[in-house]
Amino acid sequence: MADQNNKPRQLTYVMAINEAIRTVMQEQPNAFAAGEDIGGAGGVYGYYNGIQEQFGTDRVYDTPISEKGIVGLGVGAAATGCRPILDLMFIDFMGECMDEVANQLAKMRYMFGGSATLPVTLLTMAGAGASLAAQHSQSLEAWLCHLPGLKVVMAATPADAKGLIIAAARDDNPVIVIMMKTLLALNGEVPEDSYATPIGKANIVRPGENYTIVTWGRMVHEAITAAEQLARSGLDAEVIDARSLQPFDTETVIASVRKTHRAMVAHEAVRYGGLGGEVAAQIQELAFDDLDAPVARVGAPFAPVPFSPVLESAYVPNAETIVAEVRSQLRIEG
Amino acid sequence: MFVTVELTNDVLKDMHRCMVQIRRFEETAGKLMEDGKIPGALHLYVGEEAIASGVMAHLSKEDQITSTHRGHGHLIAKGGEFDRMFAELFGKATGYCKGKGGSMHISNMDLGMLGANGIVGGGPPIATGAAFSNKFRKTDNVACCFFGDGASNEGSLHEAANMAALFKLPVVFVCENNGFGEYTSQANHQAIVDVADRAQGYGMPGVIVDGMDAVAVFEGAREAIARARAGDGPTLLECKTYRFYDHVGVRGMGLSYRSDEEVEFWKKRDPIDQFEAKLREQNIMAEAEIQAVYEQVAAEIEAAVQFAEESPMPDPSTITEDVYA
Ligand SMILES: Cc1ncc(C[n+]2csc(CCOP(=O)(O)OP(=O)(O)O)c2C)c(N)n1
Repeated sequence: MADQNNKPRQLTYVMAINEAIRTVMQEQPNAFAAGEDIGGAGGVYGYYNGIQEQFGTDRVYDTPISEKGIVGLGVGAAATGCRPILDLMFIDFMGECMDEVANQLAKMRYMFGGSATLPVTLLTMAGAGASLAAQHSQSLEAWLCHLPGLKVVMAATPADAKGLIIAAARDDNPVIVIMMKTLLALNGEVPEDSYATPIGKANIVRPGENYTIVTWGRMVHEAITAAEQLARSGLDAEVIDARSLQPFDTETVIASVRKTHRAMVAHEAVRYGGLGGEVAAQIQELAFDDLDAPVARVGAPFAPVPFSPVLESAYVPNAETIVAEVRSQLRIEG
Repeated sequence: MFVTVELTNDVLKDMHRCMVQIRRFEETAGKLMEDGKIPGALHLYVGEEAIASGVMAHLSKEDQITSTHRGHGHLIAKGGEFDRMFAELFGKATGYCKGKGGSMHISNMDLGMLGANGIVGGGPPIATGAAFSNKFRKTDNVACCFFGDGASNEGSLHEAANMAALFKLPVVFVCENNGFGEYTSQANHQAIVDVADRAQGYGMPGVIVDGMDAVAVFEGAREAIARARAGDGPTLLECKTYRFYDHVGVRGMGLSYRSDEEVEFWKKRDPIDQFEAKLREQNIMAEAEIQAVYEQVAAEIEAAVQFAEESPMPDPSTITEDVYA
């Protein structure tokens, strides 16, 4: 609720997720939630707190540790009239259920000539920075964006966490909502009403005149910090939070590059084969004549995420990595 | 031909020592985590020590194990050194995995410890592969696969167990049934009470033992391992146990998903207390000898923690090393 001064309400990222799930459960009688430890325990990160109490065990299910079973359950239930909200605790567990995701969920409608509809919302947590090592820290959005039939979104703020989950649940397609574990405690303005953040629409989070940084997830915040540092060297960087990775808002990115003439794509995922390559290719295809420099890319080194905090912090890209890359791209000294 | 290990007094003393080592290691690790010295997630094995020590009493370095996210006890029982273990938990260059793995991936190939695993259900197919290799290379080594009741619901166990039985592979599937997968009780994650019931469906024996009794585990494992070494195929050995601590970290009591009475009930069956009572009763170890074990273990742990604390952090240049051979 807004306080007496009518200041907009603040909510943490984790509570915004919680509110979004409640909203969806209220709005959609055919929605149910299923996942490991989401009922009694409220989820390992707490974003299901109180949801089973509110909606009951008929609509909120603690499942066995069976990721293939969970996603398959969602496919079958969605194809026959339900609107499942599935939980995959860590995106790293995608490996356990990739057949259901890649070969069933993504393709069923197409293979069946458009006769099947799969309104599945799959929530999952990504990102490094918590010393959880190689199997609990990955950013695997590129795996998913390579699969026609899926939509993939990534929330960088509490408001978008709520809006994207609601949008995903209202969509008649399978949508994977990737959330960031290092942002869970982030506070931000979150409207109280029910709203959908449009899927397929990027958000210009910092307008700028002569440099474009396209990014998503936790790196949005790093890019904003980097932009502030770059401002001291006379660069006025525009930061675009892509938000929706599939479909991707090429239009907003190209319009920005036409204005700024220089661009970078920054993500936390491994740089090689990451989605940054696709975005860079799109920019050079559509705005080649507008570019004053090759499109730069920032991403993690070609290695799994290491455990030791000293290795992990050197591994994960951040504002400094972005600034250093901009400087080397533009040959700025100092 | 292979020999089976008999339950001599020396073996009993080794098993006791092993349980004490695991208990003290885990207690210390828990404290260090609470003091902020160990980063990341720690899944501690306190309460379940009888299983690792009872099974590992039968294994040599050449036999293999696969472990779980709750893996310190398995590595200790397989011969893991405290200093390199603590160093790994601290993320130091001198750790078993050079600081790259941490608690959830702690491993040592020289000891036949094919890794703790961050993926629930990650172990069974790998143990089956090691067992295949043992047979293929014509050794009489055995692979033991530890997994939880929660993990028994992953498809990976089903595929591995079926294949192991079909190919008559020398593997023992050791289910550590502590009654919970994270915060979900067994009754809320599967419709059966005994995971061992599944064995029949795979065509292998299913055996249930008291996982709080190291001797019972030892006897169950002896038969299963002998069968595997003899080329008669796998066994599913279910050990009924309980974890005294929370799923992650230390706090054991006052948790919403289980009652303190339940915890108290199981703590009365503490595997080490029970075992020591028997050792005293049967005059196998006198009180002074038991106390000496604790003192030795405490000294070893103190030295190991110091080693870990004084060890260097890995150099960031090593990030891209060890990705490929
Ligand atoms: C594939 C996969 N799914 C889920 C998890 C999250 N998780 C970690 S431990 C755990 C519970 C495992 O229970 P169990 O196998 O009974 O072992 P226990 O923790 O009781 O020793 C879960 C669900 C995981 N690490 N990997």
